[in-house]
Amino acid sequence: MISYILRRTFAAVILLLVVSAVTFAIFFLLPRLAGQTADQLAQQYIGKSPSKADIVAVKHNLGLDQPVYVQYWHFIKGIVAGADYNLGPTTVHCDVPCFGYSFKDHVAVWPQLTQRIPITLSLAAGAAVLWLVSGVVIGVISALKPRSVFDRTFMGIALAGVSLPMFFTGNLAILLFVFNWPIFGRDYVPFTENPEQWANTLFPAWCSLALLYSAIYARLTRSGMLETMNEDFIRTARAKGLRERNVVVRHGLRAALTPIITVFGMDLGLLLGGAVITESVFSLGGVGQYAVQGITDNDLPKILGVTLLAAFFVVIANLVVDVLYAAADPRVRLS
Amino acid sequence: MTELSKTGAAVGEPTHSGKAPEAFLEVRDLKVHFPTDDGLVKSVDGLSFSLEKGKTLAIVGESGSGKSVTSQAIMGLHRLGTRGKNVQMSGEIWLDGKELVSAAPDEVRKLRGREMAMIFQDPLSAMHPYYKVGDQIVEAYRVHHDVSKKVARARAVEMLDRVGIPEPAKRVDGYPHEFSGGMRQRAMIAMALVNNPELLIADEPTTALDVTVQAQILDLIRDLQKEFGSAVIMITHDLGVVAEIADDVLVMYGGRCVERGPAGEVFEQPQHPYTWGLLGSMPRIDRETSERLIPVKGSPPSLINVPSGCAFHPRCPYADIPKGNVTRTVRPELEQVSTGHWSACHLSAEDRQRIWTEEIAPKL
Amino acid sequence: MRRSALAAIAAIGSASLLLAGCSKADDNKNENGTKSAGANAATKGVVNASDKKGGTLTYELSDVPDSFDPGNTYYAYMYNLSRLWARPLMTFKPGAGQEGNALVPDLAASKGVPSDGGKTWTYKLRSGLKYEDGSPITSKDVKYAVERSNFARDVLSLGPNYFQQFLAGGDKYKGPYKDKSDKGLSSIQTPDDTTIVFHLKQAFQEFDYLVAAPQTAPVPKAKDTGVDYVKHIVSSGSYKFQSYAEGQQAVLVRNENWDAKTDPLRKQLPDKIVVKLKVNPETIDKDVLAGNAIDLGGTGVQAATQAQVITDPSKKANTDNTYGGRLVYMAINTKVAPFDKVECRKAVQYAIDKVSVQTAEGGPIRGEIASTVLPPDIPGYAKSDVYATTDSKGDAAKAKAQLKACGKSSISTNISARSDRPQEIDAATAIINSLKKVGINATLKQYPSGKYFTDYAGVPKFTKKQNIGLEMMQWGADWPSGYGFLQQILNGKAISQSGNTNLSQYDNKDVNAQLSKAIGTQDTTERNSLYTQIDKKAMDDAVLVPLTYFKVLLARPQNYTNLVSTAAFSGQYDYLNIGVASK
Repeated sequence: MISYILRRTFAAVILLLVVSAVTFAIFFLLPRLAGQTADQLAQQYIGKSPSKADIVAVKHNLGLDQPVYVQYWHFIKGIVAGADYNLGPTTVHCDVPCFGYSFKDHVAVWPQLTQRIPITLSLAAGAAVLWLVSGVVIGVISALKPRSVFDRTFMGIALAGVSLPMFFTGNLAILLFVFNWPIFGRDYVPFTENPEQWANTLFPAWCSLALLYSAIYARLTRSGMLETMNEDFIRTARAKGLRERNVVVRHGLRAALTPIITVFGMDLGLLLGGAVITESVFSLGGVGQYAVQGITDNDLPKILGVTLLAAFFVVIANLVVDVLYAAADPRVRLS
Repeated sequence: MTELSKTGAAVGEPTHSGKAPEAFLEVRDLKVHFPTDDGLVKSVDGLSFSLEKGKTLAIVGESGSGKSVTSQAIMGLHRLGTRGKNVQMSGEIWLDGKELVSAAPDEVRKLRGREMAMIFQDPLSAMHPYYKVGDQIVEAYRVHHDVSKKVARARAVEMLDRVGIPEPAKRVDGYPHEFSGGMRQRAMIAMALVNNPELLIADEPTTALDVTVQAQILDLIRDLQKEFGSAVIMITHDLGVVAEIADDVLVMYGGRCVERGPAGEVFEQPQHPYTWGLLGSMPRIDRETSERLIPVKGSPPSLINVPSGCAFHPRCPYADIPKGNVTRTVRPELEQVSTGHWSACHLSAEDRQRIWTEEIAPKL
Repeated sequence: MRRSALAAIAAIGSASLLLAGCSKADDNKNENGTKSAGANAATKGVVNASDKKGGTLTYELSDVPDSFDPGNTYYAYMYNLSRLWARPLMTFKPGAGQEGNALVPDLAASKGVPSDGGKTWTYKLRSGLKYEDGSPITSKDVKYAVERSNFARDVLSLGPNYFQQFLAGGDKYKGPYKDKSDKGLSSIQTPDDTTIVFHLKQAFQEFDYLVAAPQTAPVPKAKDTGVDYVKHIVSSGSYKFQSYAEGQQAVLVRNENWDAKTDPLRKQLPDKIVVKLKVNPETIDKDVLAGNAIDLGGTGVQAATQAQVITDPSKKANTDNTYGGRLVYMAINTKVAPFDKVECRKAVQYAIDKVSVQTAEGGPIRGEIASTVLPPDIPGYAKSDVYATTDSKGDAAKAKAQLKACGKSSISTNISARSDRPQEIDAATAIINSLKKVGINATLKQYPSGKYFTDYAGVPKFTKKQNIGLEMMQWGADWPSGYGFLQQILNGKAISQSGNTNLSQYDNKDVNAQLSKAIGTQDTTERNSLYTQIDKKAMDDAVLVPLTYFKVLLARPQNYTNLVSTAAFSGQYDYLNIGVASK
């Protein structure tokens, strides 16, 4: 098991390197290949009507005057060894892991990310608990009473939940529960400061996000349960004289849940890389919002940083899911 | 026709005579129907039989003949799950003086696993892949016995030992996928017998196993039956198994019994053309490969539109022998051929005797 | 003098001031809007004038500003807001509409004194000026602020660099971070701690506008950390930073070392000012309508909110539909055939149905049909319509006549627009439809706005190669004067090979000369008449088609006081003295 985890971790590191190289190539190399000059790139980070000298200065300061592979090398070096950055009157050391400096507002990317991760984590974790619990409960009940009124109602809602965009549900939630009936707060408060208010302000966002996902999970659980409850081992469990509740939970759900956990891990990993739309709608300054900011400003280090962070979370989630899977299903356990 | 009661809605409805029989297990006019979008599936349509303790009844038939549904109906399993929601059932099942068709579901549940237990065809899929074999046996024991896990575990080890699993103290912590097919079926049997049930239903217990293991498992079931004195219902399509183990045989076709009687009688003097067909298709080690299989032509009947008259008539080579159109219009009732030997066939006793001795027996 | 200037403002909003004075409590509690000042009231005078102190004022922005550092910003709203913590030498008088275009001294005691025919400008600082830490503000700090903001472009690159362009020796000086000598830029002199003298390359009579930029707000050299200064800005204004979270939020509190005696403009009313960034635009609208926030960007309400607001009279009464100091236009590329011929350009002028363009832009609320280069809220504007057509709906006959005179029966060209601006795309589509009727077939080419000038429409070689004869464009002035507006879009000398904003590539000797002449002319009236002439000349040459004078619909938060929409900051409310009415 240990060597399995080690092997997977090593693979994850390689994967992250590849992702970083590809991302770097997309944002730094492709524009060059498409004919964009370093001057034009640099000019995006200067105010209106810059002089030639300005462009040269900015280009040099951002390192854009170097070949792309050298820039990439500096980027990777920064992550493992830190980097020095020119602030004007002084230079500042960007500590390990240095994910570069924003081209636009000249702030180190990594501290910005770490500052924002708790917000995204709060959003994702809360929503994840909600959607997992509600999705699984609804899915199980629907599977046990297929084509019943409950099943049809909730599967209908599920379909609507998947189809409705966050722009709609999120804004509606804000309109109704924050403005019309101000039940919930608006300004994000860190958990460490005031857990109650933290939950209160995040609740509409959790629900909106959970609605989107729980629909999928309800459907997944439903089909998984429908399949599992027809398995032979369920019949065996019933033949033992187990109460139906135990049959459903201990034997049915246990088996149906495993594939759901896999999807859950991936979804959660992706979300931790930034819930772009939800964060925008609910004005949460998380990682996703940082990504949007990077994209609107064409601020490459920000985009690069968020992409790598997202990749990191997805890879980690994958790893955790694999280990959990091995723990859950003895058949995939490796010696 | 008896009015069919919907389980769930009318569980307690007295559809039975209310008379407790003398036999340990008695099934009277059992009907199990499943409504589907395509129509009413009459899986079991008027089945009766009885079984004493210490005896083995083999229920034989093709797949879809209703033999598995019968066994699940006795266990009360057909009511559970999504398919069981609107099953229609009537008749009586008396087990040790208790009527099960009209009993509350929870009453039947309490009997399941304790008074009656079941062994399934494919032990790999019938055991939960995520739980240790021992834990699954422990669970079966603790449903009906208020004991500690430790006591239950000791019992599980004991049972594994009893069914011939080597190093039971070690294997008790193994997972089903770590067992071989035969060992898995042994463990399955251990799980079924952990509560000393008085009725054991084995649903094709050897089908998924190779021949040598089959024999071992049948030996085991027989030994255990002797030891515990249980009644055994053996569901099978394999007459070889029947010959090996059964006291009585019940042949099912299209949800009904077409022939039943003591095993010796049925093998020596089979009365129904379908039974002949089954015997003809039975592989025997003492015969040449080229001549040994005479399969029953055609396919099993639809349980939604059961053929009129004798359900077997479309496949029966002798359907035209009886006068008139009787095989196509009148459903034959079971008639006693000799003591305890019943058959439902329009052929006259003479015709049956002639065909058996002249046409069938020589080929077997 | 200064006091009377304030009194004048008070007089304009006297009605509301009186109301506020007499029955303040009643007025403040009033939330149903029946007593509101009425639609567009803040474009005519100060609404809810009040001296009430206390409360928390909230600004919300859907975006992130380039920087809070006064030396590293170019956004109008930051020019407006930054005055709370950074006092420039001059600033704009809080006043309604064009009145807000008037310059008043801020850090300086009086307007700049020109000498040497407008090549040298001298400012005297007020006395008793202090930073938030109590240390004195000197003219050297102003000099340093200009140096760092204009000459350290490798790190502080986001603001404009007019000082670098106009100051003598500006092209040689390496900036304070590289040139460590105490002397600094020799064309800025500080003979004593309260005097600062700027020496320019050439006469520049609108220099007071330049020093109204936040770039002249003092920065203590010892506290300057370059790019990092934004995290520890040393306030010279009425508020200082209590906290600053990059890209998320800034909280300002009273600067105790700010002295009202040194400052006739600021009132320091709220206890606290919160600037929230990256707020959902719909949420901003909701908050503004609820009366509890100001849309910092000043770009107006969202389309959905607009529809809701203009149909509800009680809500409409709390809105201001104001000019945004911007012209929406289509440049005609004089370097792409056949638009090198004036007749072909005129054909375009006549062909376009401006009403359809206005509709595409969002209707009259979002823009008034335009016929001049200068919008009405910029000095130099004179009403005129050279290519007048009935109801501005275009005239196909006249257009075809011009086309014939051009020697063409049909033209095939391309029109560029910014892909992420749906209204611009819609407007371009409306134009394409108009042009088709006269035989000009234009194909829409979309480019991302972030690279519109650096890579596409602003690259002459590119437009020539791609046959882009028509280019959608919007322009707002850096400072509210004809020069500030026209110089970048009509000056032949401003054409550059990338990042060009003179999209017409209009290079007319007369216009170039008139621009130079105007900026050297001291008399404002004469200067403005020159701007009018340039405007007229550009229209005669048909180098661009004015489409609409951009307008915004601001929702006026009812709980806030001293709201006045000023032309100096694109129609935004003047952020200097907004207070909180209740709570």
